[in-house]
Parts: sequence; structure tokens; C-alpha cells
Amino acid sequence: METYTAMRHFADSWGLLAMTLFFLAVVVFTLRPGARKAAERAAEIPLKED
Amino acid sequence: MKYVTETIVLAVGAFIALLGAAFAQDRLFEAHMWVLFFVLLASTLFMVRRISFAPAVATGSSQDDEGYFDEVVKYGVIATVFWGVVGFLVGVVVALQLAFPDLNIEPWLNFGRTRPLHTSAVIFAFGGNALIATSFYVVQRTSRARLFGGNLGWFVFWGYQLFIVMAATGYLLGITQSREYAEPEWYVDIWLTIVWVAYLIAFLGTIMTRKEPHIYVANWFFLSFIVTIAMLHVVNNLAVPVSFLGVKSYSAFSGVQDALTQWWYGHNAVGFFLTAGFLGMMYYFIPKQVNRPVYSYRLSIIHFWALIFMYIWAGPHHLHYTALPDWAQTLGMVFSIMLWMPSWGGMINGLMTLSGAWDKIRTDPIVRMMVMAVAFYGMATFEGPMMSIKSVNSLSHYTDWTIGHVHSGALGWNGLITFGAIYFLVPKLWNRERLYSIRMVNWHFWLATLGIVVYAAVMWVAGIQQGLMWREYDEQGFLVYSFAETIAAMFPYYVLRAVGGGLFLLGALIMAYNVTMTILGYQRDEAPIPGAAPKLQPAE
Repeated sequence: METYTAMRHFADSWGLLAMTLFFLAVVVFTLRPGARKAAERAAEIPLKED
Repeated sequence: MKYVTETIVLAVGAFIALLGAAFAQDRLFEAHMWVLFFVLLASTLFMVRRISFAPAVATGSSQDDEGYFDEVVKYGVIATVFWGVVGFLVGVVVALQLAFPDLNIEPWLNFGRTRPLHTSAVIFAFGGNALIATSFYVVQRTSRARLFGGNLGWFVFWGYQLFIVMAATGYLLGITQSREYAEPEWYVDIWLTIVWVAYLIAFLGTIMTRKEPHIYVANWFFLSFIVTIAMLHVVNNLAVPVSFLGVKSYSAFSGVQDALTQWWYGHNAVGFFLTAGFLGMMYYFIPKQVNRPVYSYRLSIIHFWALIFMYIWAGPHHLHYTALPDWAQTLGMVFSIMLWMPSWGGMINGLMTLSGAWDKIRTDPIVRMMVMAVAFYGMATFEGPMMSIKSVNSLSHYTDWTIGHVHSGALGWNGLITFGAIYFLVPKLWNRERLYSIRMVNWHFWLATLGIVVYAAVMWVAGIQQGLMWREYDEQGFLVYSFAETIAAMFPYYVLRAVGGGLFLLGALIMAYNVTMTILGYQRDEAPIPGAAPKLQPAE
């Protein structure tokens, strides 16, 4: 198979699946229970000094 | 014995530039190498005067190696203001050249050369310096660590200025590889790559040596901007030079692959240079100026990842109805429309940071500027996806509507958020109690906003009229208007556009004056903004 065709098939099958799953995992991880506290602490970082 | 190595490197560089001029394969390369030679020679002479020949023991302790590395940020802020004024001025000139073609002064100052000069000056010189300066400032504060790499920050700053000078003089000489927003030829591209790697090392090194456990979201945006621009720049500029001592090179790609590579670069330059990097500014400077944490930190994380995952696919919408395969065009369109979500999520996040402090819009012109910037971010990211829809694009593409869209994003979003950041930074960096004049910030705000509104509205009308005239057929199937007629019809709009740009430039000049006076330590005697909290008086 041509390199182009091979890469294109990979991109719209496993590549797409892997990226979608990674993105969904990020969203779930960000919104997981208990993340609110950590997020609130992180949001205060710029206000800590000068 | 400070700066000895640096001075020697500059002198050697100047000599190599001289050799380049001597053995050049073509006249343009020779001229460009003379420019480089004189720039490096002047830098060498300047550095020689700064070398300290005092014994190392005496100078060792006087160095300011503790605390944050803010000297380079100061230079960056001044460079941002300077290049901003230059870039806006060239923009007004270019606008006038379109309205009055006699202003095309050949060969160095015709539109084909001044146009890339304008785009590169505003995007890379003004925007780039703003990004480098603010990212250095923000990463040190949110990591609570000094900038990594000692004098590496200086190399990044001065190396980037050299890139700007080489790019700008190259355009005027007529050196271009004709790739939009990536016009510099191969040898300037190689130099930028070196500078950019140094930038990445300085930024990433600071994050790795941080004392704050969490990496604040602004740094995520800045880092994605640095990494992605490196990738885009290298791939888009893959080219084979004809000669190692000549300007000409040929792209590694051909045909439609080349076109797609260019717009994969071009659109992601918008996405990661003008969006991700400036969102980094938004997520730091808006919370600082209103003194409240960002509305939803978790939304900012999702905003980040959604933007990263979607933007990279949107480039093909620049190539609708071309030889690009249909599936790729549709892919670009669909991802552009999906970008609405992260863009508006980010916009809402920025605006809602003011919740509970909305009164500051009335009393603090800097907050007003930042809020208007985020509002323009929302408007431009609404308009963009709409224009990427194929049926809308068939009307809007190649017309001045696109130019209007770009400017509402660039002037409104990038310009205003940068001005806000500059007004925040200058009193902080130079230890001034406040700016020279708050009222002048207000003037700047209104001049800039009015200028953008005039510009964008005029370009909507111009673009839609142009698009409709191009597609107007008579009952026999002939085009009604010749191309020259559609250009003649644009004259009043082009004049009005120059007026809008002129207002924006005027605002920037006021900022330059205000910033200069603040740095010099003056305070204008003026009435406070109505409603602003009066300064607390010490108890008797």
C-alpha cells in the first residue's frame, strides 16, 4: 500500500479513536469528583504574590 | 569581564556576514548580507562599550542574579510598543496604497512588499514580542522561579529582534518565498528556528524548576503556542536552497500538498500564535487586573484541550472549492464549526471572571480594554466558523470580508488584550505607583474600539458587495461586471478603512506617549475616573 493511503487509513481509524479517547479522558478527569478543590487552589496561583 | 563571549560571537557573526556578502550568488543575497553585517557590526561596537574590564572579584557580587529576571521583560514591553506603532503605521500606509495606487513607490515600497511588511510587523514583531515578554513574566510568577538559563532570555529577545529586522529588510528588498505569513527565505527561517528552540528551553526550563506544584493554565497555553509554532514553522518551511549563498529556495512540497501545508501552517499560526498564546495572557492578566480568580478553572482546562484538539484540523477551510479533495474541505469546515464551543467557552470564562466586579468596567479603563478584547475574541470566533461554511465561503472568499474578519480578531482581540497587559505591566515593572495617565488609557480605548468598528463594518459592506458583483450574471450568462469595475467600486470603502486604521494608530501613539512618560517617572495631574475608589488616606 502507498504510504499516503496507509497513513490516511491510520488517521481516520486508530488515530482518530486514540485522540477522541484521550480527549474524553481529559474531560472526565477534569470534572471528576473532588477536582473542584484542586481547581480552586490552582486558580489562586496568580493572585498569591504581587 | 561580562559579555566578552557574546561580543566575540557577534564580531565573528559580522565577519561571516561580510563573507556572505562577498561570495553571494545573487544581488539580493549580497544586499541582505550587507544589512546583516551592519546590524551585527553596530551590535558588536555597542557591546564593546559595555564590556566591563574590572577584575572579576569586584563585579561578581554586583550582578542581579536573584529574584525574577524582569530586565528582559522590560525590553520586551518597549519593543512591543515600538513595533506596534511601526506595524500599525505601515498598515495605514498599505490601506492608503490600496485606495490611492499612486502611493506605490517602486520598487521598495509597492504593495506587494509593504503588505507582508505590515502583516509580519503586527503579527510577529508586535504580537511576538508581546508573547515573549508576557510569557517570561507570567511563567516566572506562576512558577515562583527565575527564568531558566541565565542569559538565555537575552538571546531569545535579541535573536528575535534580529529575525524581525532580517525579515522586514528582506521583504523591502524583494526577498520572499511567497508563503503567506512565512515569507522569509530559508536562511532567516533557520535563524528563527534556533531562536525558537532557545525560547522553548528557557520557558520549559522555568516550568521544570518551578516551586509551585501545579502548572497554571496560562503556562499550558503559552507552552502549546511555543511547541506548535516550532512544529508548524519547521514543516511549512521545509525547502531546498538553490545555493547556500543565495536567497532562492524551493519548497519540499508541490501542488495541492504545498497549498495544504501552507494553510495548515497559516491557520494554525492564527490558532496557536494569535489565539493560544494570547489566551495565556487572558488567563493571567484579567484575574490580576480585577483581582479575582478565573471564573472556572476546570472550564479553562477543557477550553485548552478542546482548542488543541480541534484547531489543528481547521486549516483546509482556506482551500474551499480548490483542487483539495472534498473530504479534506469538509473536514476543515466541520472542525471550524466545532471550534465555536471551545472559543465561546473560553470567552465566557474570561468575561465571567468579572462576576461580582462588573463595576470595574465603568471605573477602570484597563479592565474595559480587556473585556472589549474578550468580546472581540467572541465575535471573531463566531464570524470565522460561519465564514468557513462552504456556501458562505463561496460568497466571502477572496473578498475584503476576510480582511475585515482578520482585523476584528487581530485589532480587537490581540491588540486590545496586549494593550491591557502593557498597561498592567509598565507600572509594575518600573515600580511606578500608577500609569502616567489613566484618562489617556480611556482615550486609547475609545479610539481603538471606534477604529475597529469602522474598519470591520466597512469591510463587511465592501466584501459582500464585491462578492455579489463577482457572481452577478446577466440573462445570457455573461458576467455583468469586469474585475476592474469591482475594484473601482471599492474606493470609498478603502478610504474609510484607512480612517478606521488611522484611529487605531492614533490610540497606539497615545499609548506610546503614556508608557514613555510612565517609564520616565511622571504622573499626569488629572481628575480621577468618576466612580473609581478614592485612594485611602492615612489616619491622622
